[in-house]
Amino acid sequence: MPLDKKQSLLWALRTHFNLTGTKYGCGLGYCGACTVLMDDEPVRSCSIYMEDVAGKKITTIEGLANGDKLHPVQQAFVDHDALQCGFCTPGMIMNAVGLLKKNPHPSREQIINGMEDNFCRCGAHTRIVDAIAEAAGKM
Amino acid sequence: MESRDIEKPFTLWRRDFFKVLGGGIYFLFNLGNVDEAQAAETEQRRTLPKDYNAFLRIAEDGTVTCYTGKIEMGQGVFTSLPQMMADELDVELEKVKIVMGDTTLCPYDAGTWGSLTTRQFGPAMLAATAEARAVLLSMGAEYLKTTPDQVAVSNGVISIKNNKKKKVTYGQLAKGQKIEKFLDVKPKPKDYSEYKIMGKSFLHADALEKVTGRALYTGDFRMPGMVWAKILRPPSHFAKLATVDTSGAEQFPGAQVIRDKDFIAVLHADPEKAEQALAKIRADYTFNEMEVDDKNVFDRMLKIPSNARVTASKGNLDSGRKNSGFLFESQFNNHYVAHAPIEPHTALAWMEGDIMMVRASTQSPFGTQEGVARELGVTLEKVRVIPPFLGGGFGGKAVSLQANEAAKLAKLSGKPVMVAWTREEEFFYDSFRPAAVVTIKSGITPSGEITLWDYHEYFAGSRGSETIYECPDQSTISHSSNQVHPFATGAWRAPANNTNTYARESQIDMMAAKAGMDPIEFRLKNLKDQRMIDVLKGLKEFVNWKPAVSPGKRGFGIACGFDAGGYVATMAEVKVNQATGEITVVRVACVQEIGFCVNPQGATIQMEGCITMGMGYALTEEVEFTGGAVKTSNFGTYKLPKFSWLPKIETKILDRLTPPQGGGEPAIITMGGALANAVYDACGARLYTLPMTRERVLEALARK
Repeated sequence: MPLDKKQSLLWALRTHFNLTGTKYGCGLGYCGACTVLMDDEPVRSCSIYMEDVAGKKITTIEGLANGDKLHPVQQAFVDHDALQCGFCTPGMIMNAVGLLKKNPHPSREQIINGMEDNFCRCGAHTRIVDAIAEAAGKM
Repeated sequence: MESRDIEKPFTLWRRDFFKVLGGGIYFLFNLGNVDEAQAAETEQRRTLPKDYNAFLRIAEDGTVTCYTGKIEMGQGVFTSLPQMMADELDVELEKVKIVMGDTTLCPYDAGTWGSLTTRQFGPAMLAATAEARAVLLSMGAEYLKTTPDQVAVSNGVISIKNNKKKKVTYGQLAKGQKIEKFLDVKPKPKDYSEYKIMGKSFLHADALEKVTGRALYTGDFRMPGMVWAKILRPPSHFAKLATVDTSGAEQFPGAQVIRDKDFIAVLHADPEKAEQALAKIRADYTFNEMEVDDKNVFDRMLKIPSNARVTASKGNLDSGRKNSGFLFESQFNNHYVAHAPIEPHTALAWMEGDIMMVRASTQSPFGTQEGVARELGVTLEKVRVIPPFLGGGFGGKAVSLQANEAAKLAKLSGKPVMVAWTREEEFFYDSFRPAAVVTIKSGITPSGEITLWDYHEYFAGSRGSETIYECPDQSTISHSSNQVHPFATGAWRAPANNTNTYARESQIDMMAAKAGMDPIEFRLKNLKDQRMIDVLKGLKEFVNWKPAVSPGKRGFGIACGFDAGGYVATMAEVKVNQATGEITVVRVACVQEIGFCVNPQGATIQMEGCITMGMGYALTEEVEFTGGAVKTSNFGTYKLPKFSWLPKIETKILDRLTPPQGGGEPAIITMGGALANAVYDACGARLYTLPMTRERVLEALARK
């Protein structure tokens, strides 16, 4: 699939690069399933166009682990069973990583505020907060 | 434009057709007559196989493959079914792999719903596994030149009891083949007290794939030559296509327009370009709307004709009325809510030889196979459905129309076609939890015995409508009609029971308050079902309950109920901002009894999920519509529970050695009632309509 500057980052990732860990959930930036890091800042890839991505560093869920070694946030999600269907999980993890990059030692309230606009329908919220709090301590 | 008959060899004429006309065109196609009766008959014949080989296969290296027609959508059976098989078979859990939902490889299953995997499929799988184990033991004994009573098995290794060196493995015996030996007298599965792997907590076995983005959902598959389809959608379920001009889309570079009557789709190798091309289609509609909207829906429900069905009846309502010291009459309303899984309905279909291959986000792969076969007018053998992980279902993916669309387009275009609904399509075509009304006339004696229970549910569904409380004079009536909803409705996690339990538990709370009794004491006084009593007493102990009459200004609400074979009791604590109407849920404690619990960790997570999801239907979730036009189209107006809502969640599962029951649904049924009762306890305002939005709380406060 050729790249197109009017294409969304989400669909460029999912079709051109075949990086399908980044999910479509709503297409309007409400749900956060498509969250990736752009220069270490969490962004909604469904609402960013390729022309705005030039020269930026994009990190997706696929680029988080170091070989077989999971990123501390990924490991904490596993350890806390902080997922059910797993569809929102990549977006949750990317948003959490961005949050911790900016604030390595967030309070519980800061974690909740930072994750507020990422939606999980299965109701894994409390475990997600616990996982992020634990990962923060380990990073 | 062209019309063809399905009988003619499809691939041949398609090739001819494109040779002449090239791309960027459209054609009309009639999929021909489908023998509906024959299809229905075939479907009815399908049941769970008797042959244990359908459930498992043991490879030479000892790997056991567990086959199930169920799917994994977050509920955790990917983890718990291998636990069950490993335990029954006596092999290490790590040795058991699972294959789910493949209609060619897996035993027939109607669908993953109703919390049936553990309580209905589970026993059948255990029985099959027990037979396989017994057969393997006798084969092992033969191999070791002894009798079955002289051998034992541990971790898949059969050995002679007094000479452990003489051994043979399951893998050596089975060699990856179907085992052609059966027992006339089927052995019983082990007793629940004998299980060693079941009953222990395990983390999600699919977590590693899911945290790395490697887990594949339907929309993540790619195939050579695959195109994305975007389909023309009407603005209302009562809109009929009048005129359409597809020329704009046909001229769009790389786009192909496909038309079958009113079904019009644009195919493109790039999903966003397909969308842009679709936007160039000009369509006009005629409307024959149903006169209903989210404002008048409840009044209309009570007025339209419906079929009444008595689901429970005892004594005589007139004597019940006479024997009552206090009478109560209420109407409870519940709005339409959406399933709103984060993964919208998605399907990928392609032809492999003469087989239509389908990947689909579906809770019912075999149902999807039947649907696609009907759509294409072919036999079931010509359709294979292979569902990958699902990004949530909650009942909404019981229906998978997107698979029919993908299969139809794959057949028409000869290409692999991906149909991935947008969020807007997901809301439009969702089979919502039905809006419903419940009316209750009830009575008690001054000392708090229930003497009258006259219950009518309109269009909620009967599940959970029969009262769990003792009452000598009672009647429960279910009303139904196929003329009531302007769009599809269907099963939504614990279907019907959320509405029924909310109504019943609200009414119970009103009666307890009038009797001047603590809500738990009132319930216990009127309960005879021992399992319910144990769970309610369990809750009382779990939260260290201090009795008080409501409204006690504590903001504590109680609700209990029964669903999917499981019993549940919940206490919620809320704060109500009386100036804004805002409800803050501070704490939810829930006690559940679901028989023997296969994976306590998994069951606990299901309870947490139920509590969190339940806050949504109780507090904010509501579909806006005018007739068949669904106005809710995205999460901007449809408010899902968020991180900031999180109460302190405490859960407890009672230990039992009785058959396992459903764990995916019970805890959600009590959320409406527990929160409504907590709001009443906090501020004395009774909420008769869910969701309890700020506006409705303010209205209820003003009515006080």
